[in-house]
Amino acid sequence: MQDLLEFDISLRLEDFTLEVADHLPLDGITALIGPSGSGKTTLLRILAGLERGGEGRVAIRAAQGDEIWLDSAQGIFAPPYRRGAGHVFQDARLFPHLGVDGNLRYADRRSRHVGGEIAFGDVVEALDLSPLLGRAPQSLSGGERQRVAIARAVLSRPRILLMDEPLSALDMKRKAAILPYIERLPQRFSIPIVYVTHAIEEASRLASRMLVLEEGRKRAVGPVRTILERLDLQPATGHFEAGVVLDATVTGHDPQFHLTQLDCLGQSVAMPQADLPIGATARIRIRARDVALAKSRPKDISIRNVLEGKIAEIAEEADTAFAEMLIDIGGAGVRARITRASVADLGLKPGEHVFVLVKSISFDRRAF
Amino acid sequence: MILADLAPLWLTARLAGLTTLILLAIGTPLAWWLAHTHSRAKVFVETITALPLVLPPTVIGFYLLIAMNPNAPLGAAWVSLTGTTLTFSFAGLVVGSIVYSLPFMVQPLQSAFEMVGRRPLEAAATLRASPFDAFISVAAPMALRGFISGSVLTFAHTVGEFGVVLMVGGNIPGRTRVISIAIYEHVETIDYAQAHALSAILLVFSFLVLLLVYGLNRRFPVQVG
Repeated sequence: MQDLLEFDISLRLEDFTLEVADHLPLDGITALIGPSGSGKTTLLRILAGLERGGEGRVAIRAAQGDEIWLDSAQGIFAPPYRRGAGHVFQDARLFPHLGVDGNLRYADRRSRHVGGEIAFGDVVEALDLSPLLGRAPQSLSGGERQRVAIARAVLSRPRILLMDEPLSALDMKRKAAILPYIERLPQRFSIPIVYVTHAIEEASRLASRMLVLEEGRKRAVGPVRTILERLDLQPATGHFEAGVVLDATVTGHDPQFHLTQLDCLGQSVAMPQADLPIGATARIRIRARDVALAKSRPKDISIRNVLEGKIAEIAEEADTAFAEMLIDIGGAGVRARITRASVADLGLKPGEHVFVLVKSISFDRRAF
Repeated sequence: MILADLAPLWLTARLAGLTTLILLAIGTPLAWWLAHTHSRAKVFVETITALPLVLPPTVIGFYLLIAMNPNAPLGAAWVSLTGTTLTFSFAGLVVGSIVYSLPFMVQPLQSAFEMVGRRPLEAAATLRASPFDAFISVAAPMALRGFISGSVLTFAHTVGEFGVVLMVGGNIPGRTRVISIAIYEHVETIDYAQAHALSAILLVFSFLVLLLVYGLNRRFPVQVG
């Protein structure tokens, strides 16, 4: 049986109620997404034991024995320091009176009794921290600080690592620099992660599973691809960055034009050259706003990626100019965001055959 | 030797040192509670703690004298415990100084703990540190400046105490005759040379203490991050 984090909790505040129940497999990365104010951070804090007002149950169900963290009916509340839930805060919260090395050792010393395979040197190496060990937290950049905070949380040898929008204070470039480190953690140190974010592109890149919260309730849970294909989850899954992820296989490179060709569900697509061997699998991301539709295959057009598919679903957004479409391209969906006027002009209906014009594709993950 | 009698100096140092140590022990949990509680009692406790700042020392001394009277509960308990009375004794002076200097220990500590806030403590808890461990390893070092300011101010303030001592301790050489009382008596007996020497010592001492506190505040602003 797979190890699980099981919870069924509620928290009632004056103007907000959180009521969520689920069980998350303790492996890989689960993204907890939703618009701000949806209760993501509060849920995470209840799981960690930092928020005391939560009622219900939180438990680890594992092959080597269950651990009950919260059972308000029986009056059980395990304090945070006994839970073994690592936490990475939005504001790193490094201890200012200790150096980088001191911050890491703080966690290391207090978790040695837990045992396991996590060694100080390995964590320092995995997050490239050796050059920073002698520094003071105040002298670090925002990105460096978060890397130290992540390493410190890993060194607490947690049962699960809870990350609360750890990159939200960073600019795009710094974000992109840290994502690969986070991505590797579950494999390298066998730590499952629950990752809170409102940035859908971060979630889709890192996670294998998503839990969507809205106004304190669970809207949806499931594999990333399934969640992203659902048109009804907006605005939780975002407007601007909404899109889908697809798996594709590298079939060739065109050095003259710096392109990489990929096979995506039997159809060929090209994108700016990527450093991947032929045969490698990549996760690619197509945003709904980068997609246009045509009823016949267009000629004389700059867009190179044209996929054939069938309209699966149309969701017109009341009071706006836009409609969200889901097009089945042979087993997977591509989302398109076009105007309602176009839907009417072209007479688009579910089941209809269309050509999907993709203006740009980006890699979500280089290889996995 | 210009100072005829060094006893008041030593007595004052002992009194101030002991008061500071005891207030560290009492003031730390009190300041911690004030910094973290949401209780409605907080505002009352804060007010009571601040009372010695505004009350004339004679008023504090008067009430202490009444409480320490062997017929009063506190005084009676002390007599049955130690066999001696609390009034006009060194122990009585210590008790009086603790009351009198309480705000000078509690207020700097409380604001230092408030500056540290809950965030670093939450981080420590998720790193498997128990609350006591987190206090010792995170809160106390981050609030170090508060401990230093509180101790220095308490010590200095106790050294400068006069009214309370006079009320509960009187003027018994070697037992309750501290510097300020000695100066008072030297002036009363028109021994200005002795009064000058002791006053100068207090003046220089107070100046150095305040210089140290303000210097610390400038050089080591509390860093929270």
